[in-house]
Amino acid sequence: MLVRVNVNGVWRQADVWPGASLLLLLRDHLGLVGSKNACEQGECGSCSVWLDDELVCSCLVLAAQADGRTVRTVESLAHGGRLHPVQEAFLDAGAVQCGFCTPGLVVAVVDLLQRDPSPSEETIREALAGNLCRCTGYQKILDAVRLAAQRMRTAES
Amino acid sequence: MKVVPRVPGGVGESVRRVDGVPKVTGEFLFGSDLRTDDMLWGYTLRSPHPHARIVSLDVSGALTVPGVYAVLVADDVPGRKTYGLELPDQPVLAMDCVRYQGEPVAILAAVDLEVARRAAGQIRVDYEVLPAVTDMEAALRPDAPRVHPWGNVLRHIRIVHGDPSTPADVWVEGYYETGMQDQAMLGPEAGLAIPASDGGVDLYVATQWLHVDRDQIAPCLGLPPEKVRLHLAGVGGAFGAREDVSMHIHACLLALRTGRPVKMVYSREESFYGHVHRHPARIWMRHGATRDGRLVNVYARVLIDGGAYASSSTAVIANASTFATGPYEVPHALIEGTAVYTHNPPCGAMRGFGAVQACFAHEAQMDKLARALGLDPVELRLRNAVQTGSVLPTGQVIRGTAPVRELIRRCAAIPLPAEPAERPPLSYPGGAGNVSRGERLRRGVGFAVGYKNVAYSEGFDDSAEARVRLFAGPDGPVAEVHSAAAEVGQGVHTVLVQIAREELGIPQVVLRTPDTAVGSAGSSSASRQTMMSGGAVQLACRAVLEEVWDRVRRRARERREPVPGGLAVRDGVVWAGERPVGRLEEYLDPPIEATRTYRHRRTTPLDRQGQGDPHVTFAFAAQRAVVEVDEELGLVRVVQIAAAQDVGRALHPQNVYGQIEGGTAQGLGLALMEEIVLDEGRLRNPSFTDYLIPTILDMPPVVSVLIEEPEPGVPFGAKGVGEPSTVVSTAAIVAAVRDATGRELNRVPLRPDDIVGLRPPARSAGPPPAPDVPYPQPVPVALGFL
Repeated sequence: MLVRVNVNGVWRQADVWPGASLLLLLRDHLGLVGSKNACEQGECGSCSVWLDDELVCSCLVLAAQADGRTVRTVESLAHGGRLHPVQEAFLDAGAVQCGFCTPGLVVAVVDLLQRDPSPSEETIREALAGNLCRCTGYQKILDAVRLAAQRMRTAES
Repeated sequence: MKVVPRVPGGVGESVRRVDGVPKVTGEFLFGSDLRTDDMLWGYTLRSPHPHARIVSLDVSGALTVPGVYAVLVADDVPGRKTYGLELPDQPVLAMDCVRYQGEPVAILAAVDLEVARRAAGQIRVDYEVLPAVTDMEAALRPDAPRVHPWGNVLRHIRIVHGDPSTPADVWVEGYYETGMQDQAMLGPEAGLAIPASDGGVDLYVATQWLHVDRDQIAPCLGLPPEKVRLHLAGVGGAFGAREDVSMHIHACLLALRTGRPVKMVYSREESFYGHVHRHPARIWMRHGATRDGRLVNVYARVLIDGGAYASSSTAVIANASTFATGPYEVPHALIEGTAVYTHNPPCGAMRGFGAVQACFAHEAQMDKLARALGLDPVELRLRNAVQTGSVLPTGQVIRGTAPVRELIRRCAAIPLPAEPAERPPLSYPGGAGNVSRGERLRRGVGFAVGYKNVAYSEGFDDSAEARVRLFAGPDGPVAEVHSAAAEVGQGVHTVLVQIAREELGIPQVVLRTPDTAVGSAGSSSASRQTMMSGGAVQLACRAVLEEVWDRVRRRARERREPVPGGLAVRDGVVWAGERPVGRLEEYLDPPIEATRTYRHRRTTPLDRQGQGDPHVTFAFAAQRAVVEVDEELGLVRVVQIAAAQDVGRALHPQNVYGQIEGGTAQGLGLALMEEIVLDEGRLRNPSFTDYLIPTILDMPPVVSVLIEEPEPGVPFGAKGVGEPSTVVSTAAIVAAVRDATGRELNRVPLRPDDIVGLRPPARSAGPPPAPDVPYPQPVPVALGFL
């Protein structure tokens, strides 16, 4: 079946099988492999994207459900070689090891900081509870969120 | 003549990871992200039975499915039909029988994964189900079903130290069990095989050791090693799971058969079937001590379940046995370790590699002993800790640094967390499920000390090669480092670049993609790459500089100038003492290249009494866990981990802390939630819904201190740092839960029923007798089967 999705500001079209997920559409049909395939059942958050500005696991959304809608992926965050402050903070805080969970976490953190620019530790932990990381033990991810939040607040003021 | 000063971005500095930017933007290509235009997708049909005879196998139905290009079975394997990390006992594709649920039986290549998956359903396999042995003690009984023709014992080790009949004032006894843990690396097994015009194949794959993969793949393909070229694809975590080959041979077979590139990616469910796990263990221990708390005599019986095939079980049982008494001085000991085959999923390498299971047992024993003696558990550990010069039960003398007492003191001195008067509901055990307001909370504190060998043991020469090429680039001299060391997330590529900067005195260092065009780097495991590949890069850089100095001296002689001495590079300038003699680029036409191999000190195998000099060196760790237990719900929240680790020297402090924190999380997982549940050999929870790994809600703050006492004779004095935290954290956390509940808790992972007392402690009728097999060599080798 043909689906037409606005991905990162560009309307894209692909011919997918009816059972295809949005993740499969992004990765295998549109070549956007930044969204990852760690569990494909909504447990790990490594495929996190925005569907009409709502944070979703793209593995749990059918490609067909995204037809005519707007999707933003991790690939939309850096502009012209300039990283998003959350991406910078992940690097500075040492929050990246193998990197497989990183794109999904970056998307989830950007989403959190859009909603709450000064999240408490509990808010951060609750917001990221759906993103599994097997390498870091999460401490440096918490550091990265605080660092990004502080830098983004400073930049705003 | 090492006079190179510190360079920006050199060792000791927490620089940004060299692979960091593409990893945060999503551009970094993992094995599962690879694609080519004309590629096919591979898929594996696996056995549904733990043990069965294959009566007939008919693939014709799958071959007629449109879009299917090849279906291969064991008969289609052109070379050797079996492979294995240590012993080639594992079929590439099942031959006449299957020995575990999930064993590959047939492979397919099709236009896409969905077509391949559906076509696999058209393959007809008739199985005659056979009795399976799925209990490690049952496997030792003479009437047990045989997993292999040579029997069910893979390896037995007996270590006799001093006089094991020596009496002691006080004895404590214990029985311990650990469950089967999964590495659960987030990146699934994945790779892309591309057939080459020379009849060979190029495999781009996520792995821990390119060369050992190649050496297993090539014989099965019937190709010489040089025609099987491996290239490292992005690795989404490893933790031991990528030591064994998974889809490697299958993808190459399909690519060579179809003449098309073939990509294989496991789903999460398939990943649970497609790699080895951490060995479940049963451990019996008896500790004897003097009244003033000196260990006198230790008996340890260790049994591990290797599952259906050998993988690295022979080395894991050696570790579990040689580390059984912990980092303590023990004058007399008898240790017997056995790795058995069963029809359970194969077990092999996972972070901590045998030392984790041993530490869970010996640390519980130390706590029991402290209680029996009325001593503080920390004090008891201080009294018995090893130091440089201590003799281990194998007779091995600790030559390197062993700051165990300092670790214990520094760890114990980390301030305890406060008990807040007011707190968010989320912070209670079970708080995330909104099931508690902390009505029945008890706090407990536990302590554990442990250690881990760095690099491979028992006479193994796991050398590492590196090539360094120094040339003049547009913006100054550039060093290109070529190493086959697998970056699996631990940061080895960043460390190699730091070492090259430090040695060469220049900021611009680039890494070539690791592949088999350079010599082996050995495995990214055993906490060894910083020492081994770091050492190789250091040697290669020094060889390159020697050539620079030769050129400097030659030019001086040609110009009839005084021949300079005391040469060094600073800021891209060659200096003779305090006198500049020219820019480095002036000496780089032609470019300079050097290839060097680093070897660790020679070790020896164990003899029949388990004596020898088996380990290269050791890294030690101590942790203190503070937990809160809800006594009604049986739920645990770890409040804080205090960690002290013996790192030699931290070449990238931020990444060292990251290794401690991440390693602790995996130990917390084994303590509180992670277990592959088997029912008669069948895996019951192969998903992230049912196999739980710690989330950000489960992880406490980890407060770490690094003990930097440089290891002599090792590059920069740096020890491996990846594993010690995993070795100790399970033991520390369970000790804290015991402290909070007063329960025995001798099996991990702890379940709520264990904690509230609905389930009694694990019980045993006593240690099984030593099997009647040759030792200490692996049994199939000693009997001439493999």
